[in-house]
Amino acid sequence: MITRRVQYEVAGRLAGPALFRLEAWQQRVKKMRKGPRKSAIFGPPLECVSKLKELMGTHYLQGRYADGAVPVAWVTSGFPVEILRPLGFHAVYPENHAALCSVQRVVPELSDAVEKEGYARDLCSYARTDIGSVVTGKTPVGRLPKPDVLLCCTNICQTVLYWYRALAAHFNVPLVLMDTPFVYGEAKPHHRQYVRDQLEELVDVAERVGGKRVDPEELEEVVRVARDGTRLWGECLAASRAKPAPWTGIDGFFHIAPIVTLRGTRQCNAYYRMLLDELNDRVAKGIGGIVNERHRLLWDNLPIWFDVRGLSTLMAERGFNFVVTTYTNAWAEAGSRIDPADPIGSAVVAYTDIILNQDLNKRLDTMRRLSRDYSVDGAVLHSDRSCKPYSIGQIDLKQRLAKELDMRVLVLEADHGDPRAYAKEQGEGRLTAFMEGFS
Amino acid sequence: MSACVAIGIDVGSTTCKLVAVDAAGEILERRVEPTHPRIEQQAERLIAELRAKVGGAPPVGATGYGRKRVPQATRSLTEITCHAKGAFRLARRGGVLVDMGGQDTKVVRIGDAGEVRDFSMNDKCAAGTGRFLEVILGRLQVPMIEVGALAARAERPIAVSSTCTVFAESEVISLVAQGEPVEGIVKGLHHSLATRVASLAGALPDGAEIFMSGGVALNAAMVAALEAALRRKVRVLSEPQLVGALGAALSLS
Ligand code: SF4
Repeated sequence: MITRRVQYEVAGRLAGPALFRLEAWQQRVKKMRKGPRKSAIFGPPLECVSKLKELMGTHYLQGRYADGAVPVAWVTSGFPVEILRPLGFHAVYPENHAALCSVQRVVPELSDAVEKEGYARDLCSYARTDIGSVVTGKTPVGRLPKPDVLLCCTNICQTVLYWYRALAAHFNVPLVLMDTPFVYGEAKPHHRQYVRDQLEELVDVAERVGGKRVDPEELEEVVRVARDGTRLWGECLAASRAKPAPWTGIDGFFHIAPIVTLRGTRQCNAYYRMLLDELNDRVAKGIGGIVNERHRLLWDNLPIWFDVRGLSTLMAERGFNFVVTTYTNAWAEAGSRIDPADPIGSAVVAYTDIILNQDLNKRLDTMRRLSRDYSVDGAVLHSDRSCKPYSIGQIDLKQRLAKELDMRVLVLEADHGDPRAYAKEQGEGRLTAFMEGFS
Repeated sequence: MSACVAIGIDVGSTTCKLVAVDAAGEILERRVEPTHPRIEQQAERLIAELRAKVGGAPPVGATGYGRKRVPQATRSLTEITCHAKGAFRLARRGGVLVDMGGQDTKVVRIGDAGEVRDFSMNDKCAAGTGRFLEVILGRLQVPMIEVGALAARAERPIAVSSTCTVFAESEVISLVAQGEPVEGIVKGLHHSLATRVASLAGALPDGAEIFMSGGVALNAAMVAALEAALRRKVRVLSEPQLVGALGAALSLS
């Protein structure tokens, strides 16, 4: 236990940072030798990227030594992770890990493994990827620590419940559910109470697994840090209201990782402060995420992780930038509502009233607001084969947006994780035709 | 003959179409051939033939799924944009265009200035395309040319519920085995396809004219089925197969 703990701390505090800093240094030397890489399409790469790699790389490296050293929880992306931080948990985000697998293009292989076990290909590719990684032991991050507990919140979808049940059976560990009723209009008081009761129970379970009690002051502090971090992330996104936007929506998809997985930690906030400074600096200097920003677009739904680069290049070549996405924005909204003065009560609201757990009118409101705030002249709604809750209603949303805001809207069929569910040639054809319509 | 100012080439999945147009956008010459796997050579040969015929070296605009493989093209645009351009030139007004080609079916809303307002397409699947008809009619041994008259003779359409090409093929085989009349099956097939296209088209704007292009527009049974499904008159554009190529040529002016 003690050696394990030492390994865990060394990986997180010394080895990880040293390793990734060395890598960043090597990259810098290479760049100096070769001269700076200048793209005719994209603006200069963000300096922060090396820091992001260090932060996330260290997180995964440290994770390899987490089990046996500290309590480990696997959690869904919309879980109130704040309550775990004062108890010293290491939180693993299977969704983030699955996104990483998709970027590394290993999803088909992992998915094949679970399809052989009888899971349908219609299941969300995050679930297939994660279960595939668990049963094969394969992961691009070396190793994921075994969970002591699984914590699942249904505020994003119901798939997570069945997925986590499968994990519970595999690891033979307890699964704790936080069920958040879907919100039509405003949540009713008994809905709030129902969620509150579960959250309080959850604190109990987490304390038992963590072997200590939550110190209210510590929790208050974590909640403050999480709220500030979320606000910082929101400010980073808001930098793109400037013309040209200082970065691309696609950059945003990658820089979202800390607010999802490290929310409530000081490193997370330090990172976003750095990113925000850099973005503000670019705005002041008029540096754009793409060189020739002619049209500004909104992106709805998760990214197409395995082809984000190809897609953004196709768009950027013609002067199109996704300056805002409902997905990255969701992470700037929910957490900003948590309140250190009332950690539990505010978490009930913050984690229930999120975009995927609210009716279509709320989504339309958000999209309208974002479209205006970021002065977009078009939108691409990614109809994600994997993520049904995010994709349902998009035809209506398209019609309403097109009519009310007089903008061009395209529904693009693809998948966030599995390249086999995306017809690249056709998809790019649609996007090209969509862009031709602007001139 | 007036002078040719541009050549348009539409390299589709089934056929390769070329037109040479004059300054007024009138078609002077046309070529239609099945698409070869070696698109570059085929395009080069056809463009050379057309240039020899009309004289000079008019510039080339390309469209269709093989458009990127036409090195002579000075401009290449998607089929959506080119079909809209071609249809607007022929109809001289905006409206809703239904293009049924070999590999895909598209519905394009064209604005009053000829601009693309919106479009939808069938996705990733041969259901609802010319290919679907080709496969099934091939199975029934009905030549394309007889389809219209045959379907018109049918007393009633026999429902073909499957829109998947593979499933519909076996469904049709079993209908034939059950002794259902071929005319009725053919009519039912067109109905099933037209319903699919109608759902792709969604709610049609009031008063908008419906145009049809693509090789399938030559099939009278399909036009009739589409009119029934949309409950609107459908106007088949002249030389419907050439609309995309015409748009590609016009894109250069
Ligand atoms: S279905 Fe959607 S919300 Fe649920 S896990 Fe998959 S991507 Fe996330």
